Amino acid sequence: MPWTREQMAERAAQELRDGFYVNLGIGIPTLVSNYIPAGMSVQLQSENGMLGFGPFPYEGEEDPDLINAGKQTITEIPTTSFFSSADSFAMIRGGHIDLSILGAMQVAENGDLANWMIPGKMVKGMGGAMDLVAGVKKVVVVMEHSAKNEPKLLKQCTLPLTGAGVVDMVITDLGVFTIDKKGKGGMTLIELAPGVPLEEIRAKTEAAYKVDGRLN
Amino acid sequence: MKKVYPDARAALAGLLKDDMVIMAGGFGLCGIPETLIQAIRDSGVKGLTVVSNNAGIDGVGLGLLLDTKQIRKMISSYVGENKTFAQQYLAGELEIEFNPQGTLAERIRAGGAGIPAFFTRTGAGTSIAEGKEEREFNGERYVMERGLVADLSIVHAWMGDSEGNLVYRKTARNFNPMMATAGKVTVAEVEHLVQPGDLNPDHIITPGVYVKRIVHVPNAEKHIEQRTVRKRDKAAAPAGTGEEV
Repeated sequence: MPWTREQMAERAAQELRDGFYVNLGIGIPTLVSNYIPAGMSVQLQSENGMLGFGPFPYEGEEDPDLINAGKQTITEIPTTSFFSSADSFAMIRGGHIDLSILGAMQVAENGDLANWMIPGKMVKGMGGAMDLVAGVKKVVVVMEHSAKNEPKLLKQCTLPLTGAGVVDMVITDLGVFTIDKKGKGGMTLIELAPGVPLEEIRAKTEAAYKVDGRLN
Repeated sequence: MKKVYPDARAALAGLLKDDMVIMAGGFGLCGIPETLIQAIRDSGVKGLTVVSNNAGIDGVGLGLLLDTKQIRKMISSYVGENKTFAQQYLAGELEIEFNPQGTLAERIRAGGAGIPAFFTRTGAGTSIAEGKEEREFNGERYVMERGLVADLSIVHAWMGDSEGNLVYRKTARNFNPMMATAGKVTVAEVEHLVQPGDLNPDHIITPGVYVKRIVHVPNAEKHIEQRTVRKRDKAAAPAGTGEEV
């Protein structure tokens, strides 16, 4: 059985560590905050200029001056700090954020990532994605394994890149891959969603990958 | 020298000309200098190049200046919320230069700090790097990006004194402090106008040297782009959760 969106988020949450500062993208990555283990201190960063944020406000307590990077109303917590967007990206670019979890359209076996534009369509802009993947210590992509039967894990991205050689891990509905983005180790399948056969992954993956010995 | 002006129109008098470059603070609709934007619309100035992270939404914020076709070019990181923008862009009436958000923020910070260019890893190996100088530092590729300055910066602050010292509120700070430093002239609208000495000097984010003109906007309307809430009966909700309404 492939993982659901919630199960993919739950799997991504296993990459969290106590004391981590984390930036979550829009979509499935946002759901990861539901699975922060009890007792673990994880501070979420919002790239518009906020570190440490809480859940959505109670109805009637929305504050237009208090939003996250998705422009959603949000709340403060006792650890919250506010800063400018320049300070926010200094934090990101300077390698002070431990983990970025974000979605993707395509990932290549060398760690290249494409998630910001499709040529011929109206381009909305990359926002902070290029800065996040270039600056955050560990980059985890959470995405569907294929889009309309087209593979998304490729030998080379065909869409314009968000970052070259930036992805450390890919979690799809079918399994989990690691990518040795700095070295020559390539891509490795390290986990399968329960009941998903290796053959299914092989049929739906264009990228070359090794299979971790424990899975054979 | 008197920095406080009676209204937004007066605060912009003599500063606006066609084809100028304007920086406008804000992220989404949060912390945007909406009263000053309305005054720019009313002035009829056109051919503007506007540096702003986003382009407002239809009929709000910079969307006002798009409706009237006063903007020729936007330098932004994300413009997905504005339908007028998409129409004018596809019709070839509007130019867009996309900058990664952090690169945009740093270009403005650098411009205001007298730094003409800097190197960043952001965008290396992507289309953003095309035509730009690249260098290798410690075995990694970096892209050269230029500092940005503007003829005029318009910013929104929570509190300001008559000297132009500014304090921002929560995430409404965003791009406002850097933009205040990068305009040849910076005009600030403030929700609360106070006297020198009323602000704690330790809390001032933008020192008055950067701000030439101030206007008091006690009734500034604030907009919420994505109203997300949670129900009261749910006890402990994790960060970033609830529902969109």
